[in-house]
Amino acid sequence: MKAFEYATPETKEQAVSLLGASWGQAEILAGGTDLLALMKDDVVAPKRLVNIKEIKDLKGVTSSAEGFRIGALTTLGDLADNANVLKEYPALADALNEAASPQIRNLATLAGNLCQRPRCWYFRNGLGLLPKSEGGKDLVAEGENRYHAILGNDGPAKFVSPSTIVPALIAYGAKLRLVGPRGKREVPLEKFYAIPATETEREHDLRPNEIVTEVIIPPAHGVMAAHYEIRQKATFDWPLAVAAVALTMNGSRVESARVVMGYVAPVPWISPEAEQALVGQPINAETAQKAADAALGNAKPLSQNAYKVQLARVAVKRAILKAGGAA
Amino acid sequence: MPDYSWPAAEQRSLIGKRISRVDAPLKVSGRAKYTYDVTRPGMLFGKILRSPHAKARIVSIDISAAEKMPGVKAVHIIQQPGSTIQWAGDEVVAVAAVDEPTAEDAVRAIKVEYQPLPHMVSDAEPPAGAGEAAGPLGEDDIWDALDQMPPAEVAKQLGQYGVSFKVTEDLLEDMKKYDVPSEVIEAARKATYHEVKEGGARSSYQKAVEQTQGDPDKAFAEADVVSEGVYGLPVITHCCLESHGSTVEWPDKDHLFVHISTQNVSGIAGQMAEPLKTPAANIHIHQDHIGGGFGSKFAADRWDITAARLSQKAGGKAVRMMLERDAELEVAGARPSAYARVKVAAKKDGTITGWQSQSWGTGGPGGGGMPPIPYIFTIPNLRKQHTAIRNNIGPARAWRAPNHPQAALITMAALEDTAAKLNMDPLEFFLKNLDITGPRRDVYREEFGVAADLMGWKEKWHPRGQNISGNIGRGVGLSLHTWGGRGHESHCDFTLHPDGSVDIKMGSQDLGTGTRTCILIVAAETLGVPLEAIKLQIGDTMYPSSGGSGGSTTIGGVSSSTRRAAVDARDALFAKVAPSLSAQAGDLECVNGTVRVKSDPSRSLSWKQACAKLGAMPLTIRGNNPDKSKPPDLTNSGVGGVQMAEVEVDTDTGIVKVKKMVAVQDCGLIIDLKTAESQCYGALIMGISYSLYEEKIMDRTSGRMLNPDMQFYRLAGISDIPQLVVHMMTGKGYDERGVVGLGEPPVISPGAAISNAVANAIGVRVPFLPLTPDRVLAALSQKAGA
Repeated sequence: MKAFEYATPETKEQAVSLLGASWGQAEILAGGTDLLALMKDDVVAPKRLVNIKEIKDLKGVTSSAEGFRIGALTTLGDLADNANVLKEYPALADALNEAASPQIRNLATLAGNLCQRPRCWYFRNGLGLLPKSEGGKDLVAEGENRYHAILGNDGPAKFVSPSTIVPALIAYGAKLRLVGPRGKREVPLEKFYAIPATETEREHDLRPNEIVTEVIIPPAHGVMAAHYEIRQKATFDWPLAVAAVALTMNGSRVESARVVMGYVAPVPWISPEAEQALVGQPINAETAQKAADAALGNAKPLSQNAYKVQLARVAVKRAILKAGGAA
Repeated sequence: MPDYSWPAAEQRSLIGKRISRVDAPLKVSGRAKYTYDVTRPGMLFGKILRSPHAKARIVSIDISAAEKMPGVKAVHIIQQPGSTIQWAGDEVVAVAAVDEPTAEDAVRAIKVEYQPLPHMVSDAEPPAGAGEAAGPLGEDDIWDALDQMPPAEVAKQLGQYGVSFKVTEDLLEDMKKYDVPSEVIEAARKATYHEVKEGGARSSYQKAVEQTQGDPDKAFAEADVVSEGVYGLPVITHCCLESHGSTVEWPDKDHLFVHISTQNVSGIAGQMAEPLKTPAANIHIHQDHIGGGFGSKFAADRWDITAARLSQKAGGKAVRMMLERDAELEVAGARPSAYARVKVAAKKDGTITGWQSQSWGTGGPGGGGMPPIPYIFTIPNLRKQHTAIRNNIGPARAWRAPNHPQAALITMAALEDTAAKLNMDPLEFFLKNLDITGPRRDVYREEFGVAADLMGWKEKWHPRGQNISGNIGRGVGLSLHTWGGRGHESHCDFTLHPDGSVDIKMGSQDLGTGTRTCILIVAAETLGVPLEAIKLQIGDTMYPSSGGSGGSTTIGGVSSSTRRAAVDARDALFAKVAPSLSAQAGDLECVNGTVRVKSDPSRSLSWKQACAKLGAMPLTIRGNNPDKSKPPDLTNSGVGGVQMAEVEVDTDTGIVKVKKMVAVQDCGLIIDLKTAESQCYGALIMGISYSLYEEKIMDRTSGRMLNPDMQFYRLAGISDIPQLVVHMMTGKGYDERGVVGLGEPPVISPGAAISNAVANAIGVRVPFLPLTPDRVLAALSQKAGA
């Protein structure tokens, strides 16, 4: 780990002023569960760490007519235990409880989870986010890509989006509030993520001198939602596929649907194809399978990860059935 | 002659009982000091610059900037310009500094220019036609060849290809020392020297000569059933939770003091002596506790020698050099891979008649040998051939039961496939063929009976693929294994003090297996005193030497040397005490903290009173193993074990869950039943890990290991561990064999048993471990397509 400056601002404005105008200058330190590992492994080497944990209005949760507001510094553990989450957003509660380990959930913050860096083993070993050999070969395409993207992988980015919680949040229609030097802005979470085309870009729309202040989830009365995650190990393992589904029903038929996958593409992958396949249908094994097939219809596996198409299909199907109360 | 024999069952109050390990309170409270915990006054921190290339020539090294950095106390070039790197992560330069960040900064300031060379990190099946290792032999090649082919063949190759290095008298002497046949030594002496250009003249493939027994062609021609398959398991690492390393200092210029994480306390000084040009007698080695070794910690490694050199340059100050997690997984040891295409011939009634295999695998730059296949079963007609792949993945080291888990998987999977082809219950099939398993066949038979009951095999076994409901397939599988486990050379000093205290000093080590506890049990049993009455000191070269803890040799060695010393000490005490009890020494016994007359227990002295009769001087006895002058032999060799696994497989996702495992194991006379069972539990957990998760994953382009961490080098977590049932075979037929080691055997079978259970569950063989979802789904789709 290289030496760095350490700043502990007490307000959002101070924090923003301490961040750099481009990536690589400063990093935001919240729970630290991802950032410190990256620094110890020399994958990132910021000149300054901005510890935002002392900023009071980034903490806490409140419910109002606009929905459920979650302060950026809320830990995954606190959120998982929140009565409102358990009652109103069961898919989010499931996603939170399956994330990492209890120790990590007690430290990791929600905004940190949303902004964590990819788990791609080329990236984590310092070979780059869009790793190329000296001769210009695409290391992932030519190499060990069993855990890489099956969708959205046409460009140089072949890693998968790392958050297991984001698909559920997107399915619930969550929005992010950000603050930067030019003030506040609000971004729907589904528009927040981007596929980088160069090494210097990040995987999201956060600017280098912005911080996430809160996450707002609209009320979910009448929404039937579920999260389903396929991991090889029972606990504390990166998933191979994640799916989150939110349905509104008209009687026994689907009125509207959101189908979001994680760990399949460099961004959380929303499937309008699966959503269309569900609208107007009852939820049963057959309709769930059709929607799952539609969700993966455009999948283009790499040399070693065709099995992930099957796993993602199963995750979508099981999430739909679980949301519909059929599983 | 004193009677050194193990006490009979009815006389044992401690041996064979379930006794908690004596160091448990220290360990669970965090007070146990591991090598990683050692801090020394003024200690410096060592860090190593490692090669990012899998194969490269070092062109130049510039350490000037690092040397000038404040806080940097020593810089040492490990491999000079001109050296060739053979694997990524290999050590190039080391630094010692006042703290870790400074040492890391210094490492970053070192400039090394490499000329990358073509590397190979694959262990894929050798292409047809590849295989002849043309070109001159290197020193490693000769040793590898000696493991793989008859001496005449090695001599022939030396004559034909020559050598790529200058053969020295030292090497020829070494060969003599290791009983290399004289024809090979002569051939090496006469071999022509050829200079080898970089890139290597020799093929990456070393094809061993084919071995044949009986008449395999006839056996296959006459077989009722021939089963064919491909099986294998990849390179895995040791992944010791305490990484390799040491803290090394020179208290004065002639003496070295080393805290090291090692399985081989008594052997380390000798290994450090030569490179450091310091007499072994001046090297003091110490270790209290070790966080895992599994066969990878017998040597003073290059980083340990380097730590000593850094300390020397820094005026003798202690240098802590413990490997980082990534280096631990990249360079500190790996288990060789093994794969084979196998054909098995059998009769309709299940009798195995023939075996044919083409196997391959890698142990890194050295290639490696053939696992002992077919394993356990002596198949009358066979033909087998092995190709070792030499590549740039880093060196192999002994991994708990070297070569046996590989041999068990390949053999037991091929045989289970044969049983499936015969529509036979594999238990019935294996029982039918036990006659060709050699001396432990009756043990296996008895163990299979016990295991089948504990597993509920009869109720749970269904023909392949016939126990699938919905998307869940259920299945059971089995395997069997063997190991030697004779006790190693061990010496101890056993002292009775006139105040009644007792101490034992032995240069052994406790790998976490319960060695301390077992030594104390033997001593306390012999003296009739509680465990707490004895002070045991191990883990130091100040104490009598005792063998390295490898090959399941420790328990037999330390229990035998301790028993002999304890009996001699007890009898010497009896001789001193006898007059005051008006008895003959031979009529005395020590029971429950007293020394008393056997025929009249009312005539007794307390232990303390008895020891007071020793006079002013303590009594010290040296105990030895082996010791032909003090029969009987207290240790033995050869164990058998069987295991059964029950699994559930999600046929939609390919995810395997182990639901239950049963291990039935013999190991002669058991000193501590509890720690013996713990060995088996640990082995089953380790076995589940390598069956389902572990693999050293190499990137072919960069030549780097991609998972040198704990997030993608997966180990089973607590939720992945199912019900484990362990049954130790004890009593008549077992106890009288003496003490036999247990470290290796129970880790051999899990891979085969779990693979067989998965085949039974889903109706098709998943050829390779680990049984990951991609492999399981690929096998299922092949079955659907078939």
